[in-house]
Amino acid sequence: MRFEHVQKSYDGAVLVVKDLNLDIAPGEFVTMLGPSGSGKTTCLMMLAGFEPATHGEIFLNDKPINNVPPRKRGIGMVFQNYALFPHMSVAENLAFPLEIRKMGKAEREQKVKRALDMVELGAFGNRRPIQLSGGQQQRVAVARALVFDPDLVLMDEPLGALDKQLREQMQYEIKHIHESLGVSVVYVTHDQTEALTMSDRVAVFQDGVIQQLSPPDDLYESPQNSFVAQFIGENNKLSGVVTDINGQHCAMTLDDGTKVSAEAVNIGAVGSRATISLRPERIELSPDQSRENIVDGQVKEVLYLGDHLRIVMSVAGNDEFIVKLPNGGRHPSPVAGQNYSLGWSAVDAKALDPVD
Amino acid sequence: MSAHIQAPISDQNLGHIASTDQAPLTRDGKPLKTSLAKALRRDKLRAFLLILPLLGFIIVSFVMPIGDMLFRSVENKIVEQILPGTVTALASWDSTKDELPSEFVFATLADDLMLAQELKRHTRLGNRINYDQPGISSVFRKTGRRIKRFDNTAAMDALSAMNSVWETPAAWSSLRSLPDFSSTFPATAQSLRNWTRYVASEEGDDVDATSLVPHGFTYSLLYHDLSKLDSGALQTLESSAADLFAGISAQLPTMTSENFRQQFEDVDDGWIDLANWQTIQRLSPPIVDSYFLASVDAERTALGVERKPTNERIYVLLFLRTIAISLIITISCILLGYPVAYLLATLSVRTSNMLLILVLLPFWTSLLVRTSAWKVLLQQQGVINDILVWVGLIDHAGRLVMINNMTGTIIAMTHILLPFMILPLYSVMKTISPTYMRAAKSMGASDSLAFWRIYFPNTVAGIGAGSILVFILSIGYYITPELVGGTTGVFISNRIAYHISSSLNWGLASALGAVLLVMVLALYWAYDRVVGIDKVKLG
Repeated sequence: MRFEHVQKSYDGAVLVVKDLNLDIAPGEFVTMLGPSGSGKTTCLMMLAGFEPATHGEIFLNDKPINNVPPRKRGIGMVFQNYALFPHMSVAENLAFPLEIRKMGKAEREQKVKRALDMVELGAFGNRRPIQLSGGQQQRVAVARALVFDPDLVLMDEPLGALDKQLREQMQYEIKHIHESLGVSVVYVTHDQTEALTMSDRVAVFQDGVIQQLSPPDDLYESPQNSFVAQFIGENNKLSGVVTDINGQHCAMTLDDGTKVSAEAVNIGAVGSRATISLRPERIELSPDQSRENIVDGQVKEVLYLGDHLRIVMSVAGNDEFIVKLPNGGRHPSPVAGQNYSLGWSAVDAKALDPVD
Repeated sequence: MSAHIQAPISDQNLGHIASTDQAPLTRDGKPLKTSLAKALRRDKLRAFLLILPLLGFIIVSFVMPIGDMLFRSVENKIVEQILPGTVTALASWDSTKDELPSEFVFATLADDLMLAQELKRHTRLGNRINYDQPGISSVFRKTGRRIKRFDNTAAMDALSAMNSVWETPAAWSSLRSLPDFSSTFPATAQSLRNWTRYVASEEGDDVDATSLVPHGFTYSLLYHDLSKLDSGALQTLESSAADLFAGISAQLPTMTSENFRQQFEDVDDGWIDLANWQTIQRLSPPIVDSYFLASVDAERTALGVERKPTNERIYVLLFLRTIAISLIITISCILLGYPVAYLLATLSVRTSNMLLILVLLPFWTSLLVRTSAWKVLLQQQGVINDILVWVGLIDHAGRLVMINNMTGTIIAMTHILLPFMILPLYSVMKTISPTYMRAAKSMGASDSLAFWRIYFPNTVAGIGAGSILVFILSIGYYITPELVGGTTGVFISNRIAYHISSSLNWGLASALGAVLLVMVLALYWAYDRVVGIDKVKLG
């Protein structure tokens, strides 16, 4: 499945999707992640065939499908509110795509049974969708999208309506189904945990453009720009000016004059402004003097979160600098008002495009 | 158990209570159900008080009049009230035998009619019986004019000749005071009651009827009552009431009474027509089924219930036509309303609101104006015919007849009832998520297949609701068929209105209405069985 220079506009004035290029390998689980209005659902709808692409071409198995109607694309789809047909039983819902494919009754029943067993709802075939819980409906929707053995399954925020616990459980189930069937999945969500847990690769959308397309760990460890760094996980921003670039490394002077070193990822020439992205759990409180970066900060607030302490500090002009301290029990809790020195490695500090 | 309840309530205690088989109790030991009912009673009472005014209004202005009207379809006290003696006497007449009622029946009829014409009620009775036996009302009118001139003194003369006490009111007082008077002389007792009312009407309340000698009709009936007694009873009378009946056993066979039958026959041949008497006997009970039989084109004859002659059948045809036209209108409304509702539900809110106003516009126009507008459009010199002639589709001679017939009724009523189909359909379609269709298509269904397998089944509830509304409204529609229906497009309701306001046969009107009501309820029941009323959504 491949997007080539796809553009989409609804009103002829604003581009919702700007020059999308995306290549998905067979069997891959790709998530489109982004805030609402970033164009991710539009991409999915273009892929499913419900929205025509304004420009560019979409390929499925190397065949252009722009002029193929949705019903001939053979793509399974799970909708946000499941879209289970309320007038049919669960089994009838699952049999529907098979009936359309003129499959024999015996084969149909066997496939329906297998699909229901796969989502552990074998005993619920005769129920109406309305008699099922949200999680069960969700599973039926997944089973229905898979029952006719499509090569590609699209999922449009399928877990949005579930509560947190069920959502987490379903994440694993979908992941396992994907692994066992080897089907390609394009998954749309605005929930980064979901994206990170399930995907082989994640495409982060913003303003109709893919900001970064990487495996989840890369996305977190090596964000390509400040938006991704900010959107994925928690992130501390330190703004300053680049003073020296030395291969992978660079030196920066922060706005309050503090000098720090960082990894040069996405910065301009010496003298341009840049933003350092720093994960809160990579910061050490009262470090060895051997650390590459040591900066003073004042504790403003301490939040006890069980497994870790969340310390809000004022560091180099940033009043919302967050430090996560594992609750190891070895050191005394910091108290608001205290001053500490903080240290971090240069590789953990990514110098990215400036945010102002 | 109680120890647990008295203890402070903890999760454990609640669990224990829930797990026992006994009915749960509150902390003070009362059953939970009772306490709950008590707590809710106040709310229920308040809710009831809130609806009380409406309930009262509906009972007084709706339930009671309708109940009264429905009762009129079987109510028939009029015959018993106006001909009380005749009804009793006629009870023993065997109508299947080919002979007229006895002279005794004619005597009671004369006695009853004497009072009826005095009270001016015989024409009303004639009109009532005329519904079942056309032509009999003139018989009653004629007889009413002549009854005062009937000869009736023969029995009076004979009794007076036997004992002159019968010339005085005192004889009647002592007759009344006989211990078994009412059971021994039933017809006489009835006649005396008639006489009392007759005197009250003729002379006013200040004259005591017992101070007068009754008229000859009463003497005749006394003669008939005496004739019915066997010789043993007569002898008992002679001894127990010697002052009145001394020598009656010997005298009675020589006595004569008037030949009332001949007198009736002289007034009108109708009185020797068996059919007339059969009808009167059939209408004697206070509750009769004759109106209902009439409303389904049947009648009760000497041989039982039979269908009326072909040329007199109208109501069954009219009922069937009402149902058929209503069905056609309902189907037309579905066919025309479904696409409109679909547009309303799928277009953008702005456009659909605009369309919705157009749909609702007819509601804000008077029904009469809309119907009259159709007259203008559909008549032979009307707009549509003019355009068709102008275009050349038809010529002047071939102008279409689209009004004052069934076509007119169907067109005008479909237009008037269309909103009742569109609105429920719209409200149902509004709730159908567009993702259903998308899901179906993503699974490989073509547009038409997705529509018929997925969209349409979900709109059945709306079709059901709309159809019930339209069908029930149209089956009882009156004004539009009246105005544009001509003769072939009128409904049963027009016939009901005719009987209410023109022919004044309210009993038949009520029976027709009751049949219509039962029909609607039956269809509703059938609908509930087939489609399920819980599936109906009005919004």
